Amino acid sequence: MEYFTQQLINGVTLGSIYGLIAIGYTMVYGIIGMINFAHGDIFMVGSFVGLIAVVVLGISAATPFFLLILALLVVIAIAMALTAVWGWTVERIAYRPLRGSFRLAPLITAIGMSITLQNFVQISQGARVKPVQPIVTGGYTLMESADGFVVQISNIQIIIIVLTVVLMAGFTMLINKTSLGRAQRACEQDARMASLLGINVDRTISLTFVMGAALAAVAGVMFVLYYGVIDFYIGFLAGVKAFTAAVLGGIGSLPGAMLGGLLIGLIETFWSAYFSIEYKDVAAFSILVIALIFLPSGLLGRPEVEKV
Amino acid sequence: MTALLSVNGVKTYYGKIVALRGVDVEINEGEIVTLIGANGAGKSTLMMTICGSPRASEGSIVFGGKDITNLPTHDIMRMSISQSPEGRRIFPRMTVLENLQMGAAAIGFDHFDADIDRVFGLFPILKKRQGQRGGTLSGGEQQMLAIARALMSRPKLLLLDEPSLGLAPLIVRQIFDVLRDLNQKEGLTVFLVEQNAYHALRLAHRGYVMVNGEITMTGAGRELLKREEVRAAYLEGGAH
Repeated sequence: MEYFTQQLINGVTLGSIYGLIAIGYTMVYGIIGMINFAHGDIFMVGSFVGLIAVVVLGISAATPFFLLILALLVVIAIAMALTAVWGWTVERIAYRPLRGSFRLAPLITAIGMSITLQNFVQISQGARVKPVQPIVTGGYTLMESADGFVVQISNIQIIIIVLTVVLMAGFTMLINKTSLGRAQRACEQDARMASLLGINVDRTISLTFVMGAALAAVAGVMFVLYYGVIDFYIGFLAGVKAFTAAVLGGIGSLPGAMLGGLLIGLIETFWSAYFSIEYKDVAAFSILVIALIFLPSGLLGRPEVEKV
Repeated sequence: MTALLSVNGVKTYYGKIVALRGVDVEINEGEIVTLIGANGAGKSTLMMTICGSPRASEGSIVFGGKDITNLPTHDIMRMSISQSPEGRRIFPRMTVLENLQMGAAAIGFDHFDADIDRVFGLFPILKKRQGQRGGTLSGGEQQMLAIARALMSRPKLLLLDEPSLGLAPLIVRQIFDVLRDLNQKEGLTVFLVEQNAYHALRLAHRGYVMVNGEITMTGAGRELLKREEVRAAYLEGGAH
């Protein structure tokens, strides 16, 4: 039971990171019907920006608590802003010129952008793994079993989970209640009609990329703080898993991406804990295969039927 | 009267196929003008070309004294033109209220409450349905919503593409009555594309007949209605 609880905490933490990335996949798919395969690498760029900000600001575990929280917020803000610029740029130079082209064209450039981003970071930051000393330390002991197994939730886990919940709630509000979110949903449902109502569709699509990149940047910063090592290649695996999460939840669906992320995080963690850690990626991708076969529209996706 | 909209020698292509072969249309302020013609004549293409999508490859379109031929669609639609397009194009997964909010997007929400009361006054059924998703409405309700949505941006010129398509005669009459009222009481200028030539020509001050991407006839609505060619092509054997 204690072991299970511990895995649950770990799984939810991992799932939060996947969920934040998955939102970017699902929103872009919703609005222009393409899978942005460079999104995982945007996440990677976000983690690097976060790491650089941490180093530049000189944050360490020795930083006093309130200052640390403040500094982390600054790091997150910087990472969101700069990564958003990256997301915007990728859309502007690689996808927008191909809008209206054949369906595979943006998919191919997306893979191209993914490789470009990886190589750019590899060259500019070096290919070696980048370690960072633990910054957020400490935690709480929740329970202890008779045989001495201790269930803990670390402070960084608390930060990740709380931040994810806050961001997702805020984001859901943004999409459902604001005129910007309404414009995005309108473009998703009928872009031509949206333009007939005076909506600048290109700008709305750009903003979607910006938002997705900003959320991925938060995931990137959390990843650095949680695992303590990053390299230029982390975007690939995290990206594919977040994509799996988006498909599992129902691609195009915002709550679906959140739920899918959580589930993938839990499945991966429990699989590693109870079966074999070597096969944790296989477990995650088997879910993708199973979802595509038996549940192609995902858990919360809508079937492609509409009353006319 | 000054021409609110003038379309001068407009040609539009879909790839290499000519859809409009040099169309001239003038719409004066306060008029209801109708464009009738058979399926595939290019009526909807003209509507969409006025809105900049597809773009006219030759000729010019002037609205309120300003050349809008090469403006992007979203900029044109912010100049007090609105369109209720072919097939209504209601946002299916948005509520009726959200669809109307989208209609106001071009002008902002300063007088949203007054505007929404106005369209609910015109189409009371929409008030009852305001929390319902657009895709679940009946055809008639969707058409009313499409017109209401177009009115939310306080247009000077309303472009209406086949509002009567597939609707029961009673609903068609209701919609046309609303249009006549809006025109007479508020001076709304309407450009109406219709296959239902009888109703359209009775409602309109003036009419144009389009065949194969060209305007072949023009005149006062009731006068066109009397013409032998129009009767033979668009009325006889049809309704009424």
